[in-house]
Amino acid sequence: MDLLEETRPTTVTPSTPDGPEDRPRSVVTRLPTSDRVFRGVARVAGSAVLVIMLLVGLFLSAQAWPAVRKAGWGFLTTQDWDTEGNHFGVAGVLVGTILIALVAITIALPLAIGTALYISEYAPRRIAPFLVNLVDLMAAVPSVVYGIWGFFLLQPHLLVVGNQGEGLPRWLTTYFGWIPLLSVDEYQPRDPEASASRLTSSTFIAGIVVAMMVTPIIASVMREVFAQAPPGEREGAYALGATKWGMIRSVVMPFGRGGMIGATMLGLGRALGETIGVVLIISIGFVIQPHILQNGGGSISALIASRYQESTAIGVAALMGAGLVLFAMTLVVNLLAGVIISRSRSGASSEA
Amino acid sequence: MTTTTLPERTPDAGHEVRRSTGSTRKADVYVALGAAWASLALTALLFTRLAPFDGTLGFVVLAFVFFVAFYGLLVGLDERGPTVRDRIAAVLVHGLAVLMLIALVVVVVFTVYRGLDALGHRNFYTEDMRDAGPLQPLSIGGIRHAILGTLEQISIALAVTVPLGVTAAVFLAELPGRFSRFVRTIVEAMTALPSVVAGLFVYSSVILLLNQAKDDLPAALRWLAVGKSGFAASLAISVMMLPIVIRAADVVIRLVPGTLREASLALGGSQWRTVWYVVLPTAKSGLMTAIILGTARGIGETSPVLLTSGVTAYTNANPFQEPQISLPLFVFNSVTRPDAGMIARGFGAAAVLMFLVLFLFAVARIIGGRPAGQLGRGQRRRRAGRSYRDAVRFAGRERARVTNRDDEVST
Repeated sequence: MDLLEETRPTTVTPSTPDGPEDRPRSVVTRLPTSDRVFRGVARVAGSAVLVIMLLVGLFLSAQAWPAVRKAGWGFLTTQDWDTEGNHFGVAGVLVGTILIALVAITIALPLAIGTALYISEYAPRRIAPFLVNLVDLMAAVPSVVYGIWGFFLLQPHLLVVGNQGEGLPRWLTTYFGWIPLLSVDEYQPRDPEASASRLTSSTFIAGIVVAMMVTPIIASVMREVFAQAPPGEREGAYALGATKWGMIRSVVMPFGRGGMIGATMLGLGRALGETIGVVLIISIGFVIQPHILQNGGGSISALIASRYQESTAIGVAALMGAGLVLFAMTLVVNLLAGVIISRSRSGASSEA
Repeated sequence: MTTTTLPERTPDAGHEVRRSTGSTRKADVYVALGAAWASLALTALLFTRLAPFDGTLGFVVLAFVFFVAFYGLLVGLDERGPTVRDRIAAVLVHGLAVLMLIALVVVVVFTVYRGLDALGHRNFYTEDMRDAGPLQPLSIGGIRHAILGTLEQISIALAVTVPLGVTAAVFLAELPGRFSRFVRTIVEAMTALPSVVAGLFVYSSVILLLNQAKDDLPAALRWLAVGKSGFAASLAISVMMLPIVIRAADVVIRLVPGTLREASLALGGSQWRTVWYVVLPTAKSGLMTAIILGTARGIGETSPVLLTSGVTAYTNANPFQEPQISLPLFVFNSVTRPDAGMIARGFGAAAVLMFLVLFLFAVARIIGGRPAGQLGRGQRRRRAGRSYRDAVRFAGRERARVTNRDDEVST
């Protein structure tokens, strides 16, 4: 008992009216040395990355400056690439880049939505993870493999077959040639002498190859977004008597709308910058060529890949300028995609 | 007063039969089969008798369109509008997914099939192209130099990007603030950098500019001024991979639950110990996946290498001097030649490249297949063993304490 008596705590109330005033204590955390080293190293790594990235951007701009200054606004409107004669601009390849990307997205979007919906809604639970891996694997297949697939299989055996060029492009231009986009100059589809070479190496075929590359990227982001649709709302829709498609239309799609738009724009960014698939298919031209089924066209990345060996300083500077224009485009598209995804209800925790 | 009427029980009711909860009815299957048969028949009739159509692609597309139409019609005979729409949507979604699967299979099978000629020769893996002119048969020459180049270039790129990238990701996730937000914005912007522009950057900075100024450079920096070489290629790959790796690693590290960090800090761990013993081990599988997927991307990109590494037919083990070719560049270079032998070699190299990527992918899935906290069988066994040893240790300590106290009491 007396043991307890001894250790009974005494309570001191510090702030009695006649005691000293209460003052906020200054909180000082003294970091251990290991933490200071850790923070230092992490900051250095972050700064190094920042410096490298800024260096790339600034260097590109600085190197491109002489060419851009020489060409002025004509750099965006000239349809020629004569760097010796000071007559060069990206108008033709810029339009080509956008057309290829649009063809690619038009084909990739339904495919990606279908694949993503199948994996997240229709596929048996047991094989869904396998399909997810398959789509990711498809995104990792090197672009040169898709390129040779397009050049050696798609173009000669599926789209423009034989001397007559039988296939989808010929059919499209025969029956829909009255649409300016789908017409082909100097080509009479019903003429038996018509050569298939007018239909090869077109923006359309390059667009299909690029679509193969971007579909898995879009599909994988979309699937992730669809999978996050809240189960409570799904069950609510079912409980109200919705069919599966009704549930998808009223719950999954509205929930994932932001993510779907963002995923599409991510794919668009990749499609704009794609190089090797386009180089293998298209023989580059510098005039604006709006007929997507017709031979010729081009993209900025293909221009860089085919002309980088120009020995003149102004030639390389002009390529830098073209690269900068391309980078600016992909940057805007990607930033928009990021903002849309992170603002949307579904994208708050999404990876993209 | 109510009476309850019990249902009459037959003495021999037998077992209850388990009801199937599946929603597929026999009629649905018949409808699908019937629609398939009708569409095939109609398309075949069109193609062989009625219209001047031909082409496999057209046949398949038209058959699918007819199938959807017939299926909708047949379902519409005894279902209402929403159900019909549901069925048609299901058919379309299945069709698109199958199309995607077919496309992947075709790409892989076609590449391997065309590459088989070259892949069958052993010299394809053990020789380079120095003795093989364009018209030499496939029994001479191979892609040893390209495989070596790819491995060296990706190793250098990994040696640059992995330490820098993971540390930078730790910085972004663990030391939040205005500066790290700025760095994150810049890194996200740089993921948009097209790979060909990364190649152009290295081409004009390292290969053109530094080489011109080689004699004015301080001796410490002269090693950077390489011409077209494996090192320049790996620099281009690094510039392309770095933002990808940082971004993926940042996402993975931010997924580590904050409660784990707080638990570690509450136990008195310093920030460094929290990161090293809690955050990084938890995120390990995700980090490995991020790195390996970045590697797969870096190995497969052709355009940065096209501008920076140069083309050679010789095996060059030194990445700092002379051109050094890599697999994607070899593929690109061979398939743009007119002769069949080179094209076959190109397809062979593409197949090897694809297997390399597939291998990396499989490794990524095996290492990073499970999210943090879910363990494999071996891990579970090891952890159970450790837990058991701990329990034994605690029990021993407890016993010792009890006997000590007993000793004290007895004295």
